[in-house]
Amino acid sequence: MADPKLSLSAARPTPPSRMKHYFTLILLLVLIWLSARGTDSSLQELVQGFPNMLELLREMFPPKWSYLDNILPAMLETIRMALIGTTFGAVLAIPMALLCASNLTRLKWVHYPFRFLLNLIRTIPDLLLAAIFVAIFGLGPVPGILALSVFSLGLIAKLTYEALEAIDQGPLEALTSTGGNWIQIIVYSVIPQIQAHFMSFTLYTFEINIRAAAILGLVGAGGIGHYYEVTLGLLEYEKTSMIILFTLALVICIDVISMKLREKLL
Amino acid sequence: MTHHRPENAAMIKLTNVSKVYPNQTKGLQQIHLSIDQGEFVAVVGLSGAGKSTLLRAINRLHDITEGDIEIHGASITRAEGRQLRMLRRDIGMIFQGFNLVKRSSVLRNVLAGRVGHHGTLRTILGLFPKQDVDLAFEALARVNLIEKAYARADELSGGQQQRVAIARVLAQEAKIILADEPVASLDPLTTKQVMDDLLHINQELKITTIINLHDIDLARAYATRIIGLRAGEIVFDGPVEEATDERFTEIYGRTLRAESVQEINA
Repeated sequence: MADPKLSLSAARPTPPSRMKHYFTLILLLVLIWLSARGTDSSLQELVQGFPNMLELLREMFPPKWSYLDNILPAMLETIRMALIGTTFGAVLAIPMALLCASNLTRLKWVHYPFRFLLNLIRTIPDLLLAAIFVAIFGLGPVPGILALSVFSLGLIAKLTYEALEAIDQGPLEALTSTGGNWIQIIVYSVIPQIQAHFMSFTLYTFEINIRAAAILGLVGAGGIGHYYEVTLGLLEYEKTSMIILFTLALVICIDVISMKLREKLL
Repeated sequence: MTHHRPENAAMIKLTNVSKVYPNQTKGLQQIHLSIDQGEFVAVVGLSGAGKSTLLRAINRLHDITEGDIEIHGASITRAEGRQLRMLRRDIGMIFQGFNLVKRSSVLRNVLAGRVGHHGTLRTILGLFPKQDVDLAFEALARVNLIEKAYARADELSGGQQQRVAIARVLAQEAKIILADEPVASLDPLTTKQVMDDLLHINQELKITTIINLHDIDLARAYATRIIGLRAGEIVFDGPVEEATDERFTEIYGRTLRAESVQEINA
């Protein structure tokens, strides 16, 4: 049915300009170049350092398998730290997320201070948190657990309040009309809508915490990280590679399990 | 019992009620209205006439800007906190979008109607007394959905979900039912089921019922009294016999029949 005359004569809209894309690309390249100059890094240095990298890799191989016996307790401690830290963080995240969500309270200003507090928490890196807690509580897994708790609180509360703001408001209205109070409204119309998401966020945070817990030992906050520091310091690279492989295996295992669980939940 | 009140006291009484939205839109204008115990009132009018605003003013999901609304002699306009929740407990609401928690079971949705009758802690733990569970099953039996009690709400069809919402209001033991376009998203057959359920409840349990409808034929088939709204004002208030097509054409410039709306759309 196409009429050639019509399609040729009709004024077609001009396609949108591609200038914006080119401009973005140029801007990005300029930013990268400026960053490289600011940090005194150059491609040349990378090439020069390449043989050293190969040398290090060669020394790491073969991994010292027998070292497994030495690090197993520390690895278990890492898992325990992640488990406890995630749980504490998740429990604390529930009231925090409820107070941060702007759609659950009629008082308009309530969520502002709590969001500010949450942003403050999320600004501090977990390694720095661990260093602070080590300074307060001394060496060992306790400061590590506290650091992970605070980190988990920040992450889970952030993800949860964003999900809270996207829930269906209808059931809230229904519960209000039955004469329920604020807590009853939350329990009967909000929590059923959010609990699968919350569990999923918690599992995801646990995955991250396993990796984070593995390096907290660098600042003396317990777990496997301590052995990284020791073996690297003593140039025992075949032991370091053993720890890396072990950590990798563990992280993969936990990622797979947690991913399967999250698929089931949602 | 309320035998100390005069027998002819109105169940719902609106005195000079006006509602102006923050953007200066007039939702309701000087509404005077008195509805007696056991009446089945249909509120009709075009979209935007203020039907929903009127209903939501009665249980104060919306605040009014002027006037007073009394529920069996008690002002809901001035009620706060516990007093407001107690008044709301006696007013069940049915919504166009059902407003069930889709992930929760049918039974839990119906029991949500009971939360206003119990303390916070008890309802959080889900410890409803046996009478409440019996009441919930009785309510489900009345809408013929007893076998669906343990199904998830989102497994049910639209008509079934709306009947679950009716069961929730029944479990609430409300003395008034407000239904906001309860059949707008349903097909003719399920419309009849839902409307029949509402009529039976009104006749057998003497629950005062106010229902918003945009279809005058449906209003005439079920209601005993019809209120016509236009631009937030009552332009008709009388028994079904007086709500003739002629009167409505006079008021609205056209009829409010479903077919005539379809003709306009066609």
